Amino acid sequence: MALDTPPRGWRATSRYSLLVVTAVLILFPVYTTIIAALKPGNKVLENPLLPDAFTLSVLADAWTEGRLGRYLLNSTLVAVIITVVQLVTSIVSAYAFTFLKFPFRRTMFAIFLATMLVPLEVTLVVNRRTVDSFGWLNTFQGLTVPFMATALGTFLLRQVFMQIPKDLKEASQMDGLGHWGFMKEVAIPLVRPTMGALGLFSFLSSWNQYLWPTLITTEDNMNTVQTGLRLLRSSDLDKPNLIMAGTIIAAVPILIVLIVFQRQLVRGLTAGAVKG
Amino acid sequence: MRHLVSESIGDGPMGATLKRKWREAPLALVMLGPSLVVLVTFVLYPLGRAVWLGQQRCNVQGKNCRSVGWGQYTDVLSSNEFQHALVVTLKFALITVPLGLFLGVGLAVLADKHLRGMRFFRTIFSSTIATSVAVASLMWLFLLQPSVGVLANVSWLNSIFPVIKEPGLLNDPGTALWSVGISSVWANLGFTFILVTAGLQGIPRELHESAYVDGASGWMRFTNVTLPLLSPTLLFTSVVLTSRAFQAYGEMDLLTNGGPVPQDSTTTVTYLIYGSSSIIKNNDGLQAAVAVLLFVILLGLSALQFRGFGKRVHYGS
Repeated sequence: MALDTPPRGWRATSRYSLLVVTAVLILFPVYTTIIAALKPGNKVLENPLLPDAFTLSVLADAWTEGRLGRYLLNSTLVAVIITVVQLVTSIVSAYAFTFLKFPFRRTMFAIFLATMLVPLEVTLVVNRRTVDSFGWLNTFQGLTVPFMATALGTFLLRQVFMQIPKDLKEASQMDGLGHWGFMKEVAIPLVRPTMGALGLFSFLSSWNQYLWPTLITTEDNMNTVQTGLRLLRSSDLDKPNLIMAGTIIAAVPILIVLIVFQRQLVRGLTAGAVKG
Repeated sequence: MRHLVSESIGDGPMGATLKRKWREAPLALVMLGPSLVVLVTFVLYPLGRAVWLGQQRCNVQGKNCRSVGWGQYTDVLSSNEFQHALVVTLKFALITVPLGLFLGVGLAVLADKHLRGMRFFRTIFSSTIATSVAVASLMWLFLLQPSVGVLANVSWLNSIFPVIKEPGLLNDPGTALWSVGISSVWANLGFTFILVTAGLQGIPRELHESAYVDGASGWMRFTNVTLPLLSPTLLFTSVVLTSRAFQAYGEMDLLTNGGPVPQDSTTTVTYLIYGSSSIIKNNDGLQAAVAVLLFVILLGLSALQFRGFGKRVHYGS
């Protein structure tokens, strides 16, 4: 088909030039960040566009002095805890909404859905007070517990569960398979792809949380990567290369996660997409 | 004994379902309990509580709150600070959403050809998805900052645009919001690109082919085939970008602190609630009132987007 033949000659050349120019523009902030992070302090301001000096000591300083190592550990713990617990809570609640009969089922499902309409920013004023009253300021509970359930996850998994034929459920009941058994043997294996997408989405959103940790963290030991970078910015503007080194260290783990899980990414991002 | 009772109740089908409903209730409670507790405690309760708190005044510690009447909401609505923040937020959305959509679609179309090395370019175009708001903002801070920033230290550039050095793109009331907006568009570009690319790949090739056979030019195929079939993706992306614009906080916190003062050129509604230099940062009552108003605005906005845009959205057959 003529439509599918790749462009040749000047058409290909112009397409490539456009691609290269846009790629360079997009990567420009990343480029300046990397070369600044690899320069010693006295060289940073001289030629900000050229890599004319090289050192790894700033990266090392950011890791130890800037405490990026500690912040990465906190962020990883927080994001992993939230992701795992969210997957568990949304699987069991999606299962209940699909396969169990109980009073007020529709009302409860409506309540679940309604929570999706409430933006985070609206609840945090009160959540800060709640977490404070629990004594959870500067704790992992404070950083994780408010996010341990997700209506979106429940909704998406329920969509998949609903495709399981009723006969299959009844047949396995005849075979003596209870609800937990059916969930483990049949339901969960079916939603693996959705779980992967959902898990990646949860991980990314909890890793990227900014506002909530700034509201409930005052002790340095409890900073996540994001609030740690905020701290670095407020204290060390005279050492821009240290801040840039911190930025690199903060970005690399997520880059690796995305490369490993790139197949789940599109599904994860379109998780809430409107489908006709 | 139990057998007998169940038989007498479970005579008709009505009784059977009724019994089954209650028999599985404890299990349902076990399965739904954890989610319910979390959602009620950290989403529904705070929403209701914020509505109530919005008509209260508290002391600086957020204690001893007393009702001052529902008029506090109208006071907030008519206050200069709220209206200013709302205008800034709208401007910010009007900068970031159209620009983000335009660039996202442009990049996706540019990369939607079978060419050698396209995977490489797609990876680059998606790459900003890996930056959190803090990472992206700090990268842009280092570009734009007037003393240690990259642009300020490229002499030919700031001799053409003196504003880069004096007072600095982030410190000039005329350029601050645009600068923050562009850093935000950049940070969201990977996300938009990935979504639009996925949308493009969902368009059946035969449609392009038959349009091609009918003699439609590239531009005509784009406007008559690509755009209509892409509209669900565009709707979804624009809704997400708009709500992100209204909830943007980290950019302002790291790049401008809501400033430059006294114009507060980048104090958006979300920054007004939570910002460290916000005038209501120690007033839980007013914070709650603004937060509730933000909620109402966002609800109205997405309803509007789905109604206005939704009619023209083509969901395919």
